[in-house]
Amino acid sequence: MRGVLNTFLRMHTPGQWLGFGAVAAFLLGVLPALNAAVPAGTALHLPDYLVPLFGKFLCFALIAVAMDLIWGYAGILSLGHGVFFAAGGYAMGMHLMRSIGKEGVYRSELPDFMVFLDWKELPWFWRPFDSLPFTMAAIVLVPAIIAFAFGWFAFRSRIRGVYFSIITQALTFALMLLFFRNDTGFGGNNGLTDFKRLAGWPLSHPLTKLYLYMGSAAALLSGYLICRFIVKSRLGRVLIAIRDSESRVLFAGYSAAPYKLFAWTVSAVLCGVAGAFYTPQVGIINPSELAPANSIEMAIWVAVGGRGTLVGAAIGALAINGMKSYLTAAYPELWLFALGAVFVLVTMFLPTGLVGLVSRIRTRLRERKVQAVRPAKADAPAAVEGAAP
Amino acid sequence: MHERSTSLLLSALLAGFTLLLLATSGRAFGQASVAQLAADLGSSDFDKVSAAVTALGFSKDPAALSLLAALDEKKLKIDKAGAPLIEQEDGALKNPLTGASATSKEGLTTPGLNNIVRRTLRLSLANLRLRSEDAEQRRLAAQTLAESPTAESAAMLHDALEHETDGDAKESLELAIAQIDLAGDDHAKKLAAVETIGASGELGLKPVLEQLISHTTADTEQNKALKTAAASALTSLETKELFIRIVRDLFYGLSLGSVLLLAALGLAITFGLMGVINMAHGEMIMLGAYTTFVVQSFFAKHAPGALDWYLPCAVPAAFLVCMGIGIALERAVIRHLYGRPLETLLATWGISLGLIQVVRLVFGAANVTVANPTWLSGGFDLASGVTLPYARLVTIAFTVVVVGFVYYLLNETGLGLQLRATTQNRAMARCMGIKAPRIDMLTFGLGSGVAGLGGVALSQLGNVGPELGQGYIVDSFMVVVLGGVGKLAGTVVAAVGLGTVNKLLEPVSGAVLGKIIVLVFIVLFIQRRPQGLFAPKGRAAEA
Repeated sequence: MRGVLNTFLRMHTPGQWLGFGAVAAFLLGVLPALNAAVPAGTALHLPDYLVPLFGKFLCFALIAVAMDLIWGYAGILSLGHGVFFAAGGYAMGMHLMRSIGKEGVYRSELPDFMVFLDWKELPWFWRPFDSLPFTMAAIVLVPAIIAFAFGWFAFRSRIRGVYFSIITQALTFALMLLFFRNDTGFGGNNGLTDFKRLAGWPLSHPLTKLYLYMGSAAALLSGYLICRFIVKSRLGRVLIAIRDSESRVLFAGYSAAPYKLFAWTVSAVLCGVAGAFYTPQVGIINPSELAPANSIEMAIWVAVGGRGTLVGAAIGALAINGMKSYLTAAYPELWLFALGAVFVLVTMFLPTGLVGLVSRIRTRLRERKVQAVRPAKADAPAAVEGAAP
Repeated sequence: MHERSTSLLLSALLAGFTLLLLATSGRAFGQASVAQLAADLGSSDFDKVSAAVTALGFSKDPAALSLLAALDEKKLKIDKAGAPLIEQEDGALKNPLTGASATSKEGLTTPGLNNIVRRTLRLSLANLRLRSEDAEQRRLAAQTLAESPTAESAAMLHDALEHETDGDAKESLELAIAQIDLAGDDHAKKLAAVETIGASGELGLKPVLEQLISHTTADTEQNKALKTAAASALTSLETKELFIRIVRDLFYGLSLGSVLLLAALGLAITFGLMGVINMAHGEMIMLGAYTTFVVQSFFAKHAPGALDWYLPCAVPAAFLVCMGIGIALERAVIRHLYGRPLETLLATWGISLGLIQVVRLVFGAANVTVANPTWLSGGFDLASGVTLPYARLVTIAFTVVVVGFVYYLLNETGLGLQLRATTQNRAMARCMGIKAPRIDMLTFGLGSGVAGLGGVALSQLGNVGPELGQGYIVDSFMVVVLGGVGKLAGTVVAAVGLGTVNKLLEPVSGAVLGKIIVLVFIVLFIQRRPQGLFAPKGRAAEA
């Protein structure tokens, strides 16, 4: 136990802990205070409509951190993380649907879409979602079970690299088709929406929004700590070794599959939690979250921020989504060009992402100082090399 | 001819036509001219209209049929002078008797119909059509009459059967009579009718037999025999139906397989031979389809007469356009990313987003219309209700040609030899003087060009929109991975196999669920046999 605590404390340098504390204080203290304590109308006030938007961004950042755990550290590029995101989101959505009670359009016990489809009673898999504790367990367990089952088969048969990516893409594609069907029982292509309250709190209330935002921030921060702890532990070292040369790890007597499976499942659970915070803040969850394009966009958040840095992944998610929010409103026809260009330019010219760029610049500056003393070495290694399968 | 009209008059009597009506039609027959009768159609007196309709039903004038058909379709107008005018498809009015066009649209009356007139009209029309020169018309008339099992219909049909010479029409008449007999009370006739229906193989009559079986109680010997006969007739119909369904499903499976193959073939080259994960592959298909659209528009503008032949011109155009774009992509982006498959995947995805947006800005976000040339529309009738569209038949043939073309290029030409050499051992190939970068460029161009050819075919089968390619990218990868990376024959087998399995599953599980089952099957299959499916050599092999 002591060893674990020791590892936990040592995963950041004191300076890094300070930085982490500052970010946590900003996300959980300063921003909520700007919204709740500063009176509306003053320059510093954070308007209510921005709170869920920031919350949504933080959910995306959590996804990016989860993606980075498996891509940046284990070399597994998933193009199907939308599945886990949607699993968490739908679990929360189902509970929210049940919390509407009889206030739906049809004033029925059943969710509106079931009345619309002329269903007479609640399907069995909907029933337990009346309970909030069960829903919270499902948010963690459903993505975990899906990820474990899928990973079990995939990693045991040593499917890796692009083949794994393509299969995960097929998985999310198949599930998207499944969820688009009305008969599947999750609201068809309209998904779940029209939520009213969560645990008795009306969702339209500013304070509920603020708490949900703070929940997302807390989830992101703890998700980051979990991932950081994993990559700094011995297990993390094995993961990095697997990323750099799986064959050598195998020859050294390690079985790669359990390590990958663990990281993969943790990543899926974090995605599910992100989905669960996303749904009440955005107010809808539908099968388009399962579209292959969404999952592939998650990969680019990580690539932009910088793989294998965790912090970079979160920054990348915030940067891309901030840009998306701005461009889709200001220049809607430009957004896809911008996103496409980011995909191409980052992979070609910025393999280590924004964080890598910063550390490269810092190394250059330091070298320039050192150059006066002794001749420069060849290019200093960048912060983290790309994961080449 | 005289006997026929006599029996018709008798049947009219049987049906309980009023005496007055009978007298009127008797008088009208042979006396009043068609023009006079046509003028009567415009009358507000329904008795008069009914009489005119009956008389026209006996008329030998070919214009009578078009008059009554127009009346039936509510396209007949009568002008003030009593001359009939038929509304043409383009809206113009034409007199069927003189062939003259109407000058003004004023003062026209549209004849009204009541139930008696409608009934007379239907019988008269069938009567005229039963005597038509066209065997197909006679067949259709028999079918119409079978739907109203009355004594006069039966009399008309029997009468027509005596004079019928055409085989198909004769069968239709017999079937129509059988259906009417089945509704009657004569046991022997009923038994014979059941046998006729069973032997005919007419699938549309299945409900008739089913109804007969459920409504007949096996209380007497006679009814028992009838029930047994009906059951065996039903079985023979069901066997035939099953056979036709299997043939149809196989055809549609083959058709879907050829579409998948066309979509995946280009990918089999870029991914299979070069190891490049080209997520913009679907957009190459989409650009091929849009090239077809542009060629079509060009023809429509500059050579409307040759519009039917735009498709053969679109094939090389799509190939060259997509090949050019593919080569440009390879030079600009992809060659910098060789050996980094995951980065290639992301970069090409970015390119695909850009291409979609370009097409949206140029052609609009909505689907564009690519029409089948007239020689591609229509289809081949396999059995009643089962048509194999020519567009699909031609697509299958086109796929065979494209696969042959790719096979020839890879195995019989110098370029193919160099390409295969570069794939198998790049360093050695370079030592032998092969310019590997140039081969890379051409290979990628070839793969993109073939994707463009797929786009031409897809434009003939479905909608053409900016997101056309997105729907095919997952399927294409599945086909290539399932077939074995780097194996052309494997791609062919996988595409056709997947298409067929998909279509055979569809009636059982529904289209979407069938697709999901197939995807799950592929995922499981790949997990079971990863090594057997992936080419162990070439640039696709992992270090």
